[in-house]
Amino acid sequence: MTTDLAPGPKVDPKIAATADFLDTRLGISKMFKGLGRKLFPDHWSFLLGEIALYSFIVLILSGTFLVFFFVPSMNEIHYPHDALPVTMQGQPMSEAFASTLNLSFHVRGGLFMRQLHHWSALIFVGAMVIHMLRILFTGAFRKPRELNYLIGFLMLITSLLAGLTGYSLPDDVLSGNGLRITDGVVRSIPIIGSYMSFMVFGGEFPGMDVIPRMYALHILFIPGLILALVAVHLFLVFWHKHTQYPGPGRTDKNVVGFPLFPIYVAKAGGFFFIVFGILGLMGATMSINNVWNYGPFDPALVGAGAQPDWYMLFLEGSLRLMPGWEVVIGGFTLSLNVLIPAVVIPGLLFTILGAYPFIHNLVTKDTGEHHVLDRPRNAPTRTAIIVAVLSAFFVLLGAGANDLIATHFSLSLNAITWAFRILFFVLPVVAFVVTKRVCFGLQRKDRELVLHGHETGRVVRFASGEYAEVHQPLDEFERWVLVGQDLPKPLEIEPAEDVNGVRRPGHTKELRRQNLSRFFYEERVEPVTPAELAAAHATGAHDALPASAGRDVHELEARSH
Amino acid sequence: MKALAASRRHRLAPVILMTLALFLTGAVYAALAPSSAQANSASADDIEEGRRLFITNCSTCHGMDAEGSDTVPSLIGVGAASVHFQVITGRMPMDADAPQAGAKPPQFNDEQARQLAAYVATLGPGPGIPGEDVVDPELGNAAEGMQLFRTNCAMCHNFVGAGGALSNGKYAPALDDSTPIEIYEAMITGPQSMPVFNNANLNEEDKRNIIAFLISQREPNPGGFNLGSIGSVSEGVWAFLVGFGLLIGAAVWIGARSS
Repeated sequence: MTTDLAPGPKVDPKIAATADFLDTRLGISKMFKGLGRKLFPDHWSFLLGEIALYSFIVLILSGTFLVFFFVPSMNEIHYPHDALPVTMQGQPMSEAFASTLNLSFHVRGGLFMRQLHHWSALIFVGAMVIHMLRILFTGAFRKPRELNYLIGFLMLITSLLAGLTGYSLPDDVLSGNGLRITDGVVRSIPIIGSYMSFMVFGGEFPGMDVIPRMYALHILFIPGLILALVAVHLFLVFWHKHTQYPGPGRTDKNVVGFPLFPIYVAKAGGFFFIVFGILGLMGATMSINNVWNYGPFDPALVGAGAQPDWYMLFLEGSLRLMPGWEVVIGGFTLSLNVLIPAVVIPGLLFTILGAYPFIHNLVTKDTGEHHVLDRPRNAPTRTAIIVAVLSAFFVLLGAGANDLIATHFSLSLNAITWAFRILFFVLPVVAFVVTKRVCFGLQRKDRELVLHGHETGRVVRFASGEYAEVHQPLDEFERWVLVGQDLPKPLEIEPAEDVNGVRRPGHTKELRRQNLSRFFYEERVEPVTPAELAAAHATGAHDALPASAGRDVHELEARSH
Repeated sequence: MKALAASRRHRLAPVILMTLALFLTGAVYAALAPSSAQANSASADDIEEGRRLFITNCSTCHGMDAEGSDTVPSLIGVGAASVHFQVITGRMPMDADAPQAGAKPPQFNDEQARQLAAYVATLGPGPGIPGEDVVDPELGNAAEGMQLFRTNCAMCHNFVGAGGALSNGKYAPALDDSTPIEIYEAMITGPQSMPVFNNANLNEEDKRNIIAFLISQREPNPGGFNLGSIGSVSEGVWAFLVGFGLLIGAAVWIGARSS
């Protein structure tokens, strides 16, 4: 009887037994049926979030190693005379700093783990920022993903806190200076500032409490919070299904891509090892945060070129740009020179960043679900706003490194500072206008391409003497991407007074909203409509000249020479 | 004689003979080699040659008697160390009217620089060129030197002497190519924007410790490439160039079989 059965795929009995064991206890076959067939669209920019996730895993693994050897204590000891490095022998320092040196120089693989941890942190925050920019540029934050955007934003803020607390742990001069600046920023907050500073440091800066406190936050609370947010974030990605770039057959009602199993399990799993490998290479070959060069913290010391890690550099930059304004009100000093650059500016930046999807909803009154992404050129105002904010961010980064720019390019520090002060206000405006124009230009180029096809570089002459270039019409797959965009219309409101001359209630509020909507959507380049396409094909016959006809004319032209 | 002849073939004989030969060579060299020129021990010929070099190369700005002017410093009493430092690092003669005279390939060799220094030293008393043992990093304590460097020097020269910016185009140069003598002379004479660290605030031993620390920084970094030793900004730039260069490259590769 068995010989009559169709030969199925041969399964190793051991694998079959294991699968059966797991299936009867965990129901994995159901999981595979459901999750394994889930589709994900393919694009390199969808892997940016994965870089952040994987570097976070590397952070947890390397961080766990460091916890075994780090002593979070500010008790003073003298570094042993027989321990490396030579320059630290016999120096007074905190146990935190001594244990950092010990794990760097005397624990096997310790320095590698420290460097791996620090490089992963830089890449982790960097990947999150680039991922967020991708989301903003392509409009992936639109309904139904606003809340998931907010969770991602919270992860970014939490990670900045993780970076700040981690950077402060080794108790070297740079980390101590970073804490001193944090202390100054907290104190600049009116009324509650000095109380908050005493609360954070358990007394006068630096005190004995701050490193144990930062340690608890850094190794327990913050990573736990990030992990929880990661879980919700990923669940929502599954729940909402992944967005996709516009392409043939892709709509807001489907997902075109490859199944999770086996394609994406292999791709994502492989990518984890690639990320781990690249981070490992960086940790093994590129030195980072050489604390033994900075030495143990001493509030009196500072070195030239003292800057925070890149994700805090914009704050350093805004502090460096700010003129020294102070106001004394009734005997109390209001330190505008710290309050504005270190509290107001980042506060504004992060509020706009976090609230952007909701601002978008408010402006567009868009209630539809969006699963197909925008090409950045098709949302010119939004793209221009992002570029403008980015340009201000880059000015602040440059200002944070103004001393290095001065020494490496032989410039005057004072001139650079003034240039950045002006650029901080001027560059975003220029960037906004230029980006918007570039977007419109690209949209017009898309229209041109759809209406007339690709240039072929073949110029033909007709019998009448007219010259024309032969254009290759687009196939419909290519055309899909160029005409599919859905541009919201600017809001149209009813007139201020009705036919009887009675003022309409709530008109001014609507007028404000209309102005905002016009700012976003009034100036526009419409995508090509089918009617326009048909008209172009009918009138511009020579543009769509078949290749063979073109060649005939070409030969005619050649003969005439 | 017979005993000597017999021990000629002893197995330690070559070692002893070689040692004696080395001692002899060393002694002859020490007796015959020219002792390193000191400003105070310069011969009259050196001073005369230095004066000739000064008149030809320096007097245009500093004046025939090194008296200086409103914009150019007088050299009377600056001492041999100052002249030797400025000339041997190529800062003088100055090549352009910049906020600061930068180091460049020197125009004079060490002998000429010492002759110039010897001449200027005759114009007024000032710090002399240090002897080799005064600046020998082997005799210094790098750990003590690091403490002193962090307290006195790092705010301008960076933690490991990689250099830093000062106001209006001036700067504290990187110290990774400076010789021990140059470092010592800079401390004792305070060239350009640098303050003078005389023996009252950093004694000779302190100076030698600082030199020992700076020389110890030239050993390879235990963590790998030092990325310029300028801290977090270069680390951030490298994270984006190398890290994201490779990571996004890999991401594009993985996402390349796109539909």
